[in-house]
Amino acid sequence: MSDSPRRTALDSVHRALGATMTDFAGWEMPLRYGSERDEHNAVRTRAGLFDLSHMGEITVTGPRAGELLDRALVGHLSAVPVGRARYTMICDESGGILDDLIVYRLGEEEYLVVANASNAQVVLDALTERLDGSGLTGAAVRDDRDAYALLAVQGPQAPAVLAELTDADLDGLKYYAGLPGTVAGVEALIARTGYTGEDGFELFVAPGDAEALWRALTEAGADAGLVPCGLSCRDTLRLEAGMPLYGHELTRSTTPFDAGLGRVVKFDKPGDFTGRTALEAAAGRAVENPPRKLVGLVAAGRRVPRAGYAVVGADGSVIGEVTSGAPSPTLGRPIAMAYVDAAHAAPGTGGVAVDIRGTHEPYEVVALPFYRRER
Amino acid sequence: MSNPQQLRYSKEHEWLSAAEDGVSTIGITEHAANALGDVVFVQLPEVGDTVTAGEPCGELESTKSVSDLYAPVTGEVTEVNQDVVDDPALVNSAPYEGGWLFKVRVADEPGDLLSADEYAAFTGE
Repeated sequence: MSDSPRRTALDSVHRALGATMTDFAGWEMPLRYGSERDEHNAVRTRAGLFDLSHMGEITVTGPRAGELLDRALVGHLSAVPVGRARYTMICDESGGILDDLIVYRLGEEEYLVVANASNAQVVLDALTERLDGSGLTGAAVRDDRDAYALLAVQGPQAPAVLAELTDADLDGLKYYAGLPGTVAGVEALIARTGYTGEDGFELFVAPGDAEALWRALTEAGADAGLVPCGLSCRDTLRLEAGMPLYGHELTRSTTPFDAGLGRVVKFDKPGDFTGRTALEAAAGRAVENPPRKLVGLVAAGRRVPRAGYAVVGADGSVIGEVTSGAPSPTLGRPIAMAYVDAAHAAPGTGGVAVDIRGTHEPYEVVALPFYRRER
Repeated sequence: MSNPQQLRYSKEHEWLSAAEDGVSTIGITEHAANALGDVVFVQLPEVGDTVTAGEPCGELESTKSVSDLYAPVTGEVTEVNQDVVDDPALVNSAPYEGGWLFKVRVADEPGDLLSADEYAAFTGE
Protein backbone atom coordinates (compact mmCIF):
# COMPACT_ATOMS: atom_id res chain seq x y z
CA MET A 1 0.00 0.00 0.00
CA SER A 2 1.18 3.49 -0.75
CA ASP A 3 1.55 6.05 2.01
CA SER A 4 -0.45 8.77 0.36
CA PRO A 5 -4.08 8.78 1.50
CA ARG A 6 -6.69 7.27 -0.78
CA ARG A 7 -9.45 9.38 -2.25
CA THR A 8 -13.04 8.26 -2.67
CA ALA A 9 -15.03 8.43 -5.91
CA LEU A 10 -16.65 11.59 -4.51
CA ASP A 11 -13.41 13.44 -3.82
CA SER A 12 -13.92 16.16 -6.41
CA VAL A 13 -17.49 16.71 -5.17
CA HIS A 14 -16.24 17.30 -1.63
CA ARG A 15 -13.59 19.73 -2.80
CA ALA A 16 -16.06 21.65 -4.94
CA LEU A 17 -18.27 21.95 -1.86
CA GLY A 18 -15.35 23.45 0.06
CA ALA A 19 -15.07 20.58 2.52
CA THR A 20 -12.39 20.56 5.17
CA MET A 21 -10.68 17.25 4.49
CA THR A 22 -9.00 15.01 7.04
CA ASP A 23 -6.81 11.93 6.89
CA PHE A 24 -8.85 9.09 8.37
CA ALA A 25 -7.59 5.51 8.40
CA GLY A 26 -5.56 6.08 5.26
CA TRP A 27 -8.35 7.91 3.42
CA GLU A 28 -8.78 11.58 2.72
CA MET A 29 -12.33 12.16 3.94
CA PRO A 30 -14.57 15.20 4.45
CA LEU A 31 -14.42 16.30 8.09
CA ARG A 32 -17.07 19.00 7.62
CA TYR A 33 -18.41 21.22 4.89
CA GLY A 34 -19.43 24.17 7.06
CA SER A 35 -20.40 24.10 10.70
CA GLU A 36 -20.30 20.57 12.14
CA ARG A 37 -22.96 21.56 14.67
CA ASP A 38 -25.32 22.59 11.86
CA GLU A 39 -24.61 19.30 10.09
CA HIS A 40 -25.32 17.39 13.29
CA ASN A 41 -28.59 19.21 13.84
CA ALA A 42 -29.63 18.67 10.22
CA VAL A 43 -29.37 14.90 10.73
CA ARG A 44 -31.32 15.09 14.00
CA THR A 45 -34.12 17.21 12.55
CA ARG A 46 -34.05 16.83 8.75
CA ALA A 47 -31.53 14.82 6.73
CA GLY A 48 -27.81 14.55 6.05
CA LEU A 49 -25.82 13.01 3.21
CA PHE A 50 -22.54 11.22 3.98
CA ASP A 51 -19.73 9.71 1.92
CA LEU A 52 -18.66 6.57 3.77
CA SER A 53 -16.71 5.01 0.94
CA HIS A 54 -13.77 4.37 3.26
CA MET A 55 -15.65 1.49 4.90
CA GLY A 56 -14.26 -1.91 3.95
CA GLU A 57 -16.48 -4.41 2.13
CA ILE A 58 -15.72 -8.13 2.09
CA THR A 59 -17.97 -10.62 0.33
CA VAL A 60 -18.32 -14.18 1.57
CA THR A 61 -19.98 -16.61 -0.82
CA GLY A 62 -20.71 -20.29 -1.23
CA PRO A 63 -22.98 -22.96 0.18
CA ARG A 64 -21.04 -22.93 3.45
CA ALA A 65 -20.56 -19.15 3.70
CA GLY A 66 -22.86 -18.97 6.72
CA GLU A 67 -21.00 -21.75 8.45
CA LEU A 68 -17.68 -20.00 7.89
CA LEU A 69 -19.03 -16.77 9.39
CA ASP A 70 -20.48 -18.68 12.36
CA ARG A 71 -16.99 -20.03 13.02
CA ALA A 72 -15.12 -16.79 12.37
CA LEU A 73 -17.40 -14.23 14.05
CA VAL A 74 -19.17 -14.13 17.42
CA GLY A 75 -22.65 -13.93 15.87
CA HIS A 76 -24.97 -16.57 14.43
CA LEU A 77 -24.92 -15.46 10.81
CA SER A 78 -26.23 -18.68 9.25
CA ALA A 79 -29.50 -17.98 11.07
CA VAL A 80 -29.92 -14.52 9.56
CA PRO A 81 -32.69 -14.47 6.92
CA VAL A 82 -31.85 -13.31 3.41
CA GLY A 83 -32.36 -9.56 3.22
CA ARG A 84 -31.55 -8.91 6.87
CA ALA A 85 -28.41 -7.61 8.59
CA ARG A 86 -26.71 -8.06 11.96
CA TYR A 87 -24.37 -5.99 14.07
CA THR A 88 -21.60 -8.36 15.13
CA MET A 89 -17.91 -8.60 16.01
CA ILE A 90 -14.81 -10.53 15.09
CA CYS A 91 -12.59 -11.49 18.03
CA ASP A 92 -9.22 -13.12 18.49
CA GLU A 93 -8.63 -16.33 20.45
CA SER A 94 -8.35 -14.39 23.71
CA GLY A 95 -11.72 -12.71 23.14
CA GLY A 96 -10.23 -9.34 22.18
CA ILE A 97 -12.21 -7.41 19.58
CA LEU A 98 -10.55 -7.19 16.15
CA ASP A 99 -13.43 -5.16 14.74
CA ASP A 100 -17.14 -4.53 14.96
CA LEU A 101 -19.02 -5.32 11.77
CA ILE A 102 -22.32 -5.14 10.00
CA VAL A 103 -23.04 -8.30 8.04
CA TYR A 104 -25.77 -8.28 5.38
CA ARG A 105 -27.16 -11.53 4.06
CA LEU A 106 -27.63 -10.76 0.39
CA GLY A 107 -28.58 -14.30 -0.69
CA GLU A 108 -28.73 -17.88 0.48
CA GLU A 109 -25.05 -18.17 -0.37
CA GLU A 110 -23.84 -14.58 -0.20
CA TYR A 111 -22.96 -12.26 2.68
CA LEU A 112 -21.55 -8.74 2.65
CA VAL A 113 -19.28 -8.00 5.62
CA VAL A 114 -18.68 -4.30 6.27
CA ALA A 115 -15.62 -3.51 8.37
CA ASN A 116 -14.19 -0.26 9.66
CA ALA A 117 -11.69 1.30 7.28
CA SER A 118 -8.92 1.05 9.85
CA ASN A 119 -9.50 -2.68 10.29
CA ALA A 120 -10.56 -3.83 6.84
CA GLN A 121 -7.25 -5.52 6.11
CA VAL A 122 -7.17 -7.19 9.54
CA VAL A 123 -10.69 -8.53 9.02
CA LEU A 124 -9.95 -9.69 5.49
CA ASP A 125 -6.79 -11.48 6.66
CA ALA A 126 -8.57 -13.06 9.64
CA LEU A 127 -11.48 -14.31 7.54
CA THR A 128 -9.11 -15.73 4.94
CA GLU A 129 -6.98 -17.41 7.61
CA ARG A 130 -9.99 -18.81 9.40
CA LEU A 131 -11.34 -20.15 6.13
CA ASP A 132 -8.02 -21.82 5.35
CA GLY A 133 -7.70 -23.12 8.92
CA SER A 134 -11.21 -24.52 8.98
CA GLY A 135 -10.71 -26.89 6.11
CA LEU A 136 -14.14 -25.81 4.91
CA THR A 137 -14.75 -26.16 1.22
CA GLY A 138 -17.70 -24.39 -0.25
CA ALA A 139 -16.96 -20.90 1.03
CA ALA A 140 -14.89 -18.08 -0.47
CA VAL A 141 -13.75 -14.73 0.88
CA ARG A 142 -13.42 -11.84 -1.57
CA ASP A 143 -11.92 -8.38 -1.04
CA ASP A 144 -14.58 -6.00 -2.40
CA ARG A 145 -13.18 -2.76 -1.02
CA ASP A 146 -12.75 -1.31 -4.48
CA ALA A 147 -16.09 -2.61 -5.71
CA TYR A 148 -18.22 -0.22 -3.70
CA ALA A 149 -18.74 3.41 -2.89
CA LEU A 150 -20.98 3.94 0.15
CA LEU A 151 -23.36 6.86 0.60
CA ALA A 152 -25.61 7.33 3.61
CA VAL A 153 -28.78 9.36 3.93
CA GLN A 154 -29.63 9.81 7.58
CA GLY A 155 -32.31 11.68 9.47
CA PRO A 156 -36.08 11.78 9.90
CA GLN A 157 -36.57 13.02 6.34
CA ALA A 158 -34.35 10.29 4.83
CA PRO A 159 -37.24 7.98 3.84
CA ALA A 160 -39.07 10.79 2.06
CA VAL A 161 -35.94 11.90 0.23
CA LEU A 162 -35.03 8.40 -0.90
CA ALA A 163 -38.63 7.59 -1.88
CA GLU A 164 -38.41 10.30 -4.55
CA LEU A 165 -35.63 8.37 -6.28
CA THR A 166 -36.61 4.74 -6.01
CA ASP A 167 -39.49 2.34 -6.53
CA ALA A 168 -38.08 0.02 -3.89
CA ASP A 169 -40.44 -0.83 -1.02
CA LEU A 170 -38.90 1.39 1.64
CA ASP A 171 -41.88 1.02 3.97
CA GLY A 172 -41.31 -2.72 3.95
CA LEU A 173 -37.59 -2.32 4.59
CA LYS A 174 -37.08 -2.75 8.32
CA TYR A 175 -34.23 -1.44 10.45
CA TYR A 176 -31.20 -3.68 9.82
CA ALA A 177 -32.52 -4.97 6.52
CA GLY A 178 -31.17 -4.53 3.00
CA LEU A 179 -32.39 -5.17 -0.50
CA PRO A 180 -31.06 -4.66 -4.00
CA GLY A 181 -32.80 -1.91 -5.91
CA THR A 182 -32.43 1.04 -8.22
CA VAL A 183 -31.96 4.56 -6.88
CA ALA A 184 -31.92 7.45 -9.37
CA GLY A 185 -31.23 4.92 -12.13
CA VAL A 186 -28.26 3.51 -10.23
CA GLU A 187 -28.08 -0.10 -9.05
CA ALA A 188 -27.69 -0.12 -5.31
CA LEU A 189 -27.85 -2.27 -2.24
CA ILE A 190 -30.31 -0.28 -0.15
CA ALA A 191 -29.80 -0.91 3.57
CA ARG A 192 -31.73 0.57 6.46
CA THR A 193 -28.71 0.99 8.67
CA GLY A 194 -26.63 3.84 10.01
CA TYR A 195 -24.44 5.16 12.75
CA THR A 196 -26.28 8.29 13.78
CA GLY A 197 -29.14 7.20 16.02
CA GLU A 198 -31.63 8.32 13.37
CA ASP A 199 -33.66 6.52 10.76
CA GLY A 200 -31.81 6.35 7.47
CA PHE A 201 -30.25 4.36 4.70
CA GLU A 202 -26.87 3.26 3.48
CA LEU A 203 -26.49 2.83 -0.26
CA PHE A 204 -23.74 0.57 -1.62
CA VAL A 205 -23.08 1.39 -5.28
CA ALA A 206 -20.38 1.01 -7.90
CA PRO A 207 -17.79 3.79 -7.48
CA GLY A 208 -18.53 5.00 -11.01
CA ASP A 209 -22.14 5.66 -10.03
CA ALA A 210 -21.38 7.48 -6.79
CA GLU A 211 -21.27 11.01 -8.15
CA ALA A 212 -24.55 10.72 -10.06
CA LEU A 213 -26.24 9.30 -6.98
CA TRP A 214 -24.80 12.03 -4.73
CA ARG A 215 -26.13 14.72 -7.06
CA ALA A 216 -29.55 13.09 -7.33
CA LEU A 217 -29.83 12.81 -3.53
CA THR A 218 -28.70 16.40 -3.06
CA GLU A 219 -31.36 17.58 -5.48
CA ALA A 220 -34.12 15.34 -4.10
CA GLY A 221 -33.29 16.44 -0.57
CA ALA A 222 -33.08 20.17 -1.18
CA ASP A 223 -36.64 20.92 -0.11
CA ALA A 224 -36.34 18.70 2.95
CA GLY A 225 -33.21 20.57 4.07
CA LEU A 226 -30.75 17.75 3.39
CA VAL A 227 -27.13 18.91 3.72
CA PRO A 228 -23.79 17.19 3.07
CA CYS A 229 -22.29 15.96 6.33
CA GLY A 230 -18.74 15.14 7.31
CA LEU A 231 -17.11 12.69 9.68
CA SER A 232 -16.98 15.24 12.50
CA CYS A 233 -20.75 15.25 12.96
CA ARG A 234 -20.90 11.51 12.34
CA ASP A 235 -18.76 11.15 15.46
CA THR A 236 -20.95 13.37 17.65
CA LEU A 237 -24.11 11.71 16.30
CA ARG A 238 -22.87 8.21 17.13
CA LEU A 239 -21.59 9.36 20.51
CA GLU A 240 -24.99 10.82 21.47
CA ALA A 241 -26.56 7.55 20.34
CA GLY A 242 -24.17 5.63 22.62
CA MET A 243 -22.66 3.70 19.74
CA PRO A 244 -19.09 2.49 20.24
CA LEU A 245 -16.24 3.38 17.90
CA TYR A 246 -13.40 0.99 17.23
CA GLY A 247 -10.13 2.30 18.63
CA HIS A 248 -12.02 4.12 21.36
CA GLU A 249 -14.60 2.00 23.20
CA LEU A 250 -13.60 -1.18 21.37
CA THR A 251 -10.03 -2.43 21.15
CA ARG A 252 -8.11 -5.66 20.91
CA SER A 253 -7.75 -5.61 24.69
CA THR A 254 -11.50 -5.35 25.34
CA THR A 255 -14.03 -8.14 24.94
CA PRO A 256 -17.63 -7.56 23.83
CA PHE A 257 -18.65 -8.16 27.48
CA ASP A 258 -16.31 -5.44 28.76
CA ALA A 259 -18.03 -3.04 26.36
CA GLY A 260 -21.49 -4.02 27.58
CA LEU A 261 -22.19 -5.67 24.23
CA GLY A 262 -22.14 -9.30 25.32
CA ARG A 263 -25.50 -9.76 23.61
CA VAL A 264 -23.73 -9.99 20.23
CA VAL A 265 -21.92 -13.17 21.32
CA LYS A 266 -24.10 -16.18 20.47
CA PHE A 267 -22.85 -19.08 22.59
CA ASP A 268 -25.89 -21.19 21.63
CA LYS A 269 -25.02 -21.34 17.93
CA PRO A 270 -23.85 -24.71 16.62
CA GLY A 271 -20.14 -25.49 16.49
CA ASP A 272 -17.07 -23.78 17.82
CA PHE A 273 -15.99 -20.24 17.01
CA THR A 274 -12.84 -18.22 17.43
CA GLY A 275 -12.58 -16.89 20.96
CA ARG A 276 -15.38 -19.02 22.48
CA THR A 277 -13.43 -20.27 25.53
CA ALA A 278 -12.06 -16.85 26.40
CA LEU A 279 -15.42 -15.20 25.85
CA GLU A 280 -17.20 -17.67 28.15
CA ALA A 281 -14.77 -16.67 30.86
CA ALA A 282 -15.30 -12.98 30.03
CA ALA A 283 -19.07 -13.45 30.27
CA GLY A 284 -18.73 -14.93 33.74
CA ARG A 285 -16.35 -12.20 34.85
CA ALA A 286 -18.71 -9.49 33.62
CA VAL A 287 -21.40 -10.81 35.99
CA GLU A 288 -19.36 -11.79 39.04
CA ASN A 289 -16.45 -9.40 39.08
CA PRO A 290 -16.64 -6.77 36.38
CA PRO A 291 -13.42 -4.84 35.93
CA ARG A 292 -14.58 -1.54 34.50
CA LYS A 293 -17.89 -0.68 32.90
CA LEU A 294 -18.67 1.53 29.94
CA VAL A 295 -20.78 4.47 31.08
CA GLY A 296 -22.00 7.83 29.90
CA LEU A 297 -20.81 11.06 31.49
CA VAL A 298 -22.55 14.41 31.22
CA ALA A 299 -20.73 17.60 32.17
CA ALA A 300 -21.93 20.07 34.73
CA GLY A 301 -19.72 22.71 33.08
CA ARG A 302 -18.62 23.45 29.58
CA ARG A 303 -15.13 22.05 29.27
CA VAL A 304 -14.90 19.12 26.90
CA PRO A 305 -13.49 15.74 27.88
CA ARG A 306 -11.27 14.03 25.30
CA ALA A 307 -10.24 10.41 24.76
CA GLY A 308 -7.55 9.41 27.24
CA TYR A 309 -8.47 11.89 29.99
CA ALA A 310 -8.66 10.35 33.47
CA VAL A 311 -11.94 9.98 35.33
CA VAL A 312 -11.42 10.69 39.02
CA GLY A 313 -13.42 10.05 42.19
CA ALA A 314 -14.27 12.43 45.01
CA ASP A 315 -10.86 11.83 46.62
CA GLY A 316 -9.06 12.58 43.37
CA SER A 317 -8.04 8.98 42.72
CA VAL A 318 -8.25 7.69 39.15
CA ILE A 319 -11.35 5.53 38.68
CA GLY A 320 -11.50 5.33 34.90
CA GLU A 321 -10.67 6.75 31.51
CA VAL A 322 -12.58 8.67 28.86
CA THR A 323 -12.77 6.83 25.53
CA SER A 324 -14.74 9.43 23.52
CA GLY A 325 -15.82 12.95 24.36
CA ALA A 326 -17.38 15.89 22.58
CA PRO A 327 -19.69 18.81 23.01
CA SER A 328 -23.19 17.42 22.45
CA PRO A 329 -25.24 19.66 20.17
CA THR A 330 -28.47 17.95 21.26
CA LEU A 331 -27.86 18.13 25.01
CA GLY A 332 -26.02 21.45 24.83
CA ARG A 333 -23.36 20.12 27.17
CA PRO A 334 -20.18 18.09 26.85
CA ILE A 335 -20.65 14.34 27.01
CA ALA A 336 -18.31 11.38 27.11
CA MET A 337 -18.16 7.63 27.14
CA ALA A 338 -15.74 6.23 29.67
CA TYR A 339 -14.68 2.98 31.27
CA VAL A 340 -15.00 3.41 35.03
CA ASP A 341 -14.54 1.06 37.99
CA ALA A 342 -17.74 -0.89 38.63
CA ALA A 343 -18.18 0.75 42.05
CA HIS A 344 -18.66 4.13 40.35
CA ALA A 345 -20.59 2.95 37.30
CA ALA A 346 -24.19 3.19 38.49
CA PRO A 347 -26.18 6.01 36.88
CA GLY A 348 -26.47 8.91 39.29
CA THR A 349 -23.17 8.17 41.02
CA GLY A 350 -21.97 11.45 42.45
CA GLY A 351 -18.54 12.87 43.08
CA VAL A 352 -17.22 11.87 39.66
CA ALA A 353 -15.00 14.27 37.75
CA VAL A 354 -12.89 14.31 34.62
CA ASP A 355 -9.35 15.58 34.84
CA ILE A 356 -9.33 18.16 32.08
CA ARG A 357 -5.73 19.27 31.76
CA GLY A 358 -5.25 19.43 35.53
CA THR A 359 -8.68 20.69 36.58
CA HIS A 360 -11.22 18.26 38.00
CA GLU A 361 -14.48 19.13 36.24
CA PRO A 362 -17.64 17.58 37.75
CA TYR A 363 -19.52 15.03 35.66
CA GLU A 364 -22.65 12.98 36.22
CA VAL A 365 -22.72 9.25 35.44
CA VAL A 366 -25.70 8.43 33.19
CA ALA A 367 -27.03 5.37 31.38
CA LEU A 368 -26.31 5.12 27.65
CA PRO A 369 -27.45 6.28 25.18
CA PHE A 370 -27.52 10.03 25.70
CA TYR A 371 -30.07 10.39 22.94
CA ARG A 372 -32.80 8.09 21.67
CA ARG A 373 -34.98 9.09 18.76
CA GLU A 374 -38.75 9.05 19.07
CA ARG A 375 -40.27 6.30 16.97
CA MET B 1 -11.29 35.24 3.06
CA SER B 2 -10.07 38.72 3.78
CA ASN B 3 -8.17 39.87 6.81
CA PRO B 4 -8.96 43.45 7.82
CA GLN B 5 -6.15 45.74 6.66
CA GLN B 6 -6.14 47.90 9.81
CA LEU B 7 -5.29 44.95 12.08
CA ARG B 8 -1.98 43.30 12.77
CA TYR B 9 -1.51 39.56 13.16
CA SER B 10 0.58 37.04 15.08
CA LYS B 11 1.92 33.77 13.75
CA GLU B 12 -0.23 32.05 16.39
CA HIS B 13 -3.25 33.42 14.50
CA GLU B 14 -4.35 36.20 16.82
CA TRP B 15 -5.26 39.64 15.58
CA LEU B 16 -4.55 42.92 17.33
CA SER B 17 -6.22 46.26 16.77
CA ALA B 18 -4.37 49.58 16.65
CA ALA B 19 -4.15 50.92 20.19
CA GLU B 20 -6.66 53.49 21.37
CA ASP B 21 -5.44 55.24 24.53
CA GLY B 22 -2.84 52.47 24.75
CA VAL B 23 -5.44 49.66 24.69
CA SER B 24 -5.66 47.08 21.90
CA THR B 25 -8.41 44.56 21.20
CA ILE B 26 -7.40 40.95 20.55
CA GLY B 27 -9.14 38.06 18.85
CA ILE B 28 -8.39 35.05 16.70
CA THR B 29 -8.35 35.20 12.94
CA GLU B 30 -10.97 33.82 10.57
CA HIS B 31 -8.33 31.39 9.33
CA ALA B 32 -7.87 30.05 12.87
CA ALA B 33 -11.62 29.94 13.52
CA ASN B 34 -12.17 27.93 10.35
CA ALA B 35 -9.37 25.56 11.24
CA LEU B 36 -10.83 24.96 14.70
CA GLY B 37 -14.40 24.37 13.56
CA ASP B 38 -17.31 25.24 15.85
CA VAL B 39 -15.88 26.81 18.99
CA VAL B 40 -17.83 25.60 22.04
CA PHE B 41 -15.85 26.98 24.97
CA VAL B 42 -13.47 29.83 25.52
CA GLN B 43 -11.40 30.40 28.60
CA LEU B 44 -10.03 33.93 28.73
CA PRO B 45 -7.57 35.64 31.04
CA GLU B 46 -9.11 37.74 33.80
CA VAL B 47 -9.23 41.53 33.98
CA GLY B 48 -6.08 42.64 35.78
CA ASP B 49 -4.01 39.66 34.63
CA THR B 50 -0.73 40.39 32.92
CA VAL B 51 -0.31 38.45 29.69
CA THR B 52 3.03 37.92 28.00
CA ALA B 53 3.60 38.00 24.26
CA GLY B 54 3.92 34.48 22.87
CA GLU B 55 2.69 32.82 26.07
CA PRO B 56 -0.60 30.91 26.47
CA CYS B 57 -3.27 32.98 28.25
CA GLY B 58 -6.41 30.94 27.66
CA GLU B 59 -8.02 28.09 25.76
CA LEU B 60 -10.38 27.59 22.86
CA GLU B 61 -12.29 24.33 22.60
CA SER B 62 -13.96 23.13 19.46
CA THR B 63 -15.80 19.94 18.65
CA LYS B 64 -12.62 18.15 17.73
CA SER B 65 -9.83 19.81 19.64
CA VAL B 66 -8.58 22.18 22.27
CA SER B 67 -6.09 24.92 21.46
CA ASP B 68 -4.13 27.36 23.55
CA LEU B 69 -4.86 31.03 23.12
CA TYR B 70 -1.62 33.00 22.89
CA ALA B 71 -1.13 36.61 23.84
CA PRO B 72 0.20 38.54 20.82
CA VAL B 73 1.52 41.32 23.07
CA THR B 74 2.55 41.88 26.67
CA GLY B 75 0.33 43.94 28.94
CA GLU B 76 -2.48 44.12 31.45
CA VAL B 77 -5.93 42.79 30.57
CA THR B 78 -8.46 45.63 30.84
CA GLU B 79 -11.61 43.92 29.57
CA VAL B 80 -12.83 40.50 28.45
CA ASN B 81 -15.71 39.80 26.08
CA GLN B 82 -18.42 38.22 28.24
CA ASP B 83 -20.62 37.80 25.16
CA VAL B 84 -18.14 35.37 23.62
CA VAL B 85 -17.84 33.46 26.90
CA ASP B 86 -21.63 33.06 26.88
CA ASP B 87 -21.84 32.35 23.15
CA PRO B 88 -18.53 30.96 21.84
CA ALA B 89 -20.04 30.55 18.35
CA LEU B 90 -19.34 34.30 17.91
CA VAL B 91 -15.71 33.32 17.32
CA ASN B 92 -16.81 31.53 14.16
CA SER B 93 -19.55 33.87 13.00
CA ALA B 94 -17.79 37.19 13.61
CA PRO B 95 -14.11 36.65 14.45
CA TYR B 96 -13.16 40.30 13.80
CA GLU B 97 -16.24 41.86 15.38
CA GLY B 98 -18.53 40.37 18.02
CA GLY B 99 -16.11 37.47 18.47
CA TRP B 100 -13.28 39.60 19.88
CA LEU B 101 -11.76 38.05 23.02
CA PHE B 102 -10.05 40.55 25.32
CA LYS B 103 -8.40 43.97 25.54
CA VAL B 104 -4.89 44.71 26.74
CA ARG B 105 -3.08 47.85 27.83
CA VAL B 106 -0.01 47.19 25.72
CA ALA B 107 3.28 47.39 27.63
CA ASP B 108 5.44 45.72 25.01
CA GLU B 109 4.98 44.11 21.66
CA PRO B 110 7.19 41.72 19.74
CA GLY B 111 8.80 42.85 16.53
CA ASP B 112 7.35 40.10 14.39
CA LEU B 113 3.67 41.04 14.16
CA LEU B 114 2.41 40.78 10.60
CA SER B 115 0.42 43.05 8.35
CA ALA B 116 -2.78 41.74 6.77
CA ASP B 117 -0.96 40.96 3.54
CA GLU B 118 1.95 39.32 5.33
CA TYR B 119 -0.50 37.21 7.36
CA ALA B 120 -2.33 36.18 4.20
CA ALA B 121 0.98 35.08 2.71
CA PHE B 122 1.86 33.27 5.98
CA THR B 123 -1.36 31.25 5.88
CA GLY B 124 -1.04 30.67 2.16
CA GLU B 125 -4.31 32.38 1.28
